[in-house]
Amino acid sequence: MLIIKGIAASPNIAIGPAFVVEDEEIVINQLEIPKNKIRMEIQRFKRALEKTNRDLDRTEHRALKTLGKAHAKLIETHRLILSDPLITKEVLRRIQSERVNAEFALSEALEAVNQAFEKIEDEFFRERRHDVFDVGKRLLSHLMRRGKKPLSAVEVPSIVVAHNLLPSDTLQLKDARALGFATDLGGKSSHTAILAQSLELPAVVGLSDVSQRLKTGDTLIVDGEQGLIILYPTPEVIEKYVQMQAQLQLQDKALENLKGLEAVTRDGKSIQLMTNLDAPEELKSIAALNTDGIGLFRTEYLFSNRTTPPSEKEQHEAYFRVFKTMAPKPVVFRTADIGGDRITDLGFEEHSSESNPFMGLRGIRLFLHYPELFKVQLRAILKTAPQGDVRILLPMISSIEELISSKKILKSTMDELAQEGVPPVKKVELGIMVEIPSVAMALDTFLDDVDFISIGTNDLIQYLLAVDRLNENVAYLYDPFHPAVVRTLHQIVETAHSKEKPVGICGEMPSDPKTTKLLVGLGVDSLSVTPRMFLRIKRNLRSLSFQEATKAVKQALLLTDSASIRKLLIT
Amino acid sequence: MIKEEFAVTNRLGLHARPAALLVQTASKFKAKIDIRKEEQVVNGKSVMGLLMLAAENGSRLVISCDGEDEKEAMNSIRSLFANKFEED
Repeated sequence: MLIIKGIAASPNIAIGPAFVVEDEEIVINQLEIPKNKIRMEIQRFKRALEKTNRDLDRTEHRALKTLGKAHAKLIETHRLILSDPLITKEVLRRIQSERVNAEFALSEALEAVNQAFEKIEDEFFRERRHDVFDVGKRLLSHLMRRGKKPLSAVEVPSIVVAHNLLPSDTLQLKDARALGFATDLGGKSSHTAILAQSLELPAVVGLSDVSQRLKTGDTLIVDGEQGLIILYPTPEVIEKYVQMQAQLQLQDKALENLKGLEAVTRDGKSIQLMTNLDAPEELKSIAALNTDGIGLFRTEYLFSNRTTPPSEKEQHEAYFRVFKTMAPKPVVFRTADIGGDRITDLGFEEHSSESNPFMGLRGIRLFLHYPELFKVQLRAILKTAPQGDVRILLPMISSIEELISSKKILKSTMDELAQEGVPPVKKVELGIMVEIPSVAMALDTFLDDVDFISIGTNDLIQYLLAVDRLNENVAYLYDPFHPAVVRTLHQIVETAHSKEKPVGICGEMPSDPKTTKLLVGLGVDSLSVTPRMFLRIKRNLRSLSFQEATKAVKQALLLTDSASIRKLLIT
Repeated sequence: MIKEEFAVTNRLGLHARPAALLVQTASKFKAKIDIRKEEQVVNGKSVMGLLMLAAENGSRLVISCDGEDEKEAMNSIRSLFANKFEED
């Protein structure tokens, strides 16, 4: 038996066999290409060549800066390998004459080269084949979108064990039989954590090398309560955990009783308690929770795993379903916070990959770059609420100019709809995410142009503390109780309230029961939490005194370290 | 078609960098350029082909150029060998 300590990402306990997601496993299948598709296959290969060439340009640029000219020369060799007739001509020949897919043609061509290299007696020359492989691998990675074994291959109910789970993996999981998650990377607000919470599955992340230690079929326990996993548990330990599982279920039942009760503090202060919506599958369970609305409708899922952007009709249908299910409660539609990588997938112009996508072309920046995409989404949203009111939230705003440009596009979209005879919505409320420090610091300059604000804690904390929450080496620095975070949140709420604008808060922070006292004490008007944590947060809220929480926060604002603040505020 | 024999005098032979240089030079010309070492013949415009030759220090290569600009091509290649591929 082996116990590994990680980070508790989603509560509850799972016991079962592991399904290990092998990272970057490259499986190349031979496919027959119909005659009329050969040209497209060749085009696809040529595009991959171009992308790889651009990769090399970037690598060379970096190598020149950090390693010097001699190393950069190596890239020159790689570029020649890429344009070598043994790759270019030979692969094209195979695609044309053997009618196979580009990946297969390439792997066959590489194998032929490999065999030739293996015969070389001189070790120095023989080892050059690694350069060929390096280039070949880059090229393959551009041909194949992903090399991972799909999670849809989980056959028996299993605990998904992976190095890291990406947002794109999550869609396949919906129908997969996952009992829980254990990953090497990630922190409390990593994608795995968000996913696990929304699926109501236990998860432990930040386990450093668990995906190496296990193989598919090994038994393990995921203890999402304490943040640890147990490999090869003894029968006694399994028995103990089965009992704990039953106990947790009982507790969940007790929470059920809170469903019909109001979200109000012990001393009568009402707080709007809403949930996030990440995927349409969650809608039913959210409706059953009897929430105060959807505080954050993450519309990104509509843009995932596809090659063309979703049409106005498709978006409208999705939004209308959500709107109708929740009515008359509000739904806050956040326009898609997608990154530049998605744009290429959606068939737009080639977008060069970014070395720091978190700070790259994403959210409103991307939509202002591609206003046609923005307009389609706005139209679909505006059409969802005939005669009603609509709330739109803009992500990644960092300057007033972006807000003004967005408002102009919103205005012209509304005019267009009016001209087309679409019945106008009675009221459109516009809000911005406060998630970039520049907006938090100069919030007063934005407030005249918005109806509400929503604090995006994940990004705000990440940018404020310069901590990548997915990087397990620094994840410990990601701290919602850091004095700078507490003071920034305080300043945001005070500034917004001075202009009578309501403040919502979303992201992972409000879903952490430990933060409820802090957020209530700060005077936040609405919390948007993951459906899974909704009732727990409600229980917290109802046990709190608003007056006491306000007093505690006042004290906390004077403290200089996270530990003392936690002591004062953790509920 | 013209043919000429060269000796590889670089300490490490025709390794990655000189091979790259040779291919870059050869690719500037329209002529078909073949490089032979003993029984093995490779395309002079293929860096992988050249590496596969494993032309170590002291090996002898027969290079043939065939095409309208074969003379210019051979002249450029000759000066590469004469300059030891800008090495050592």
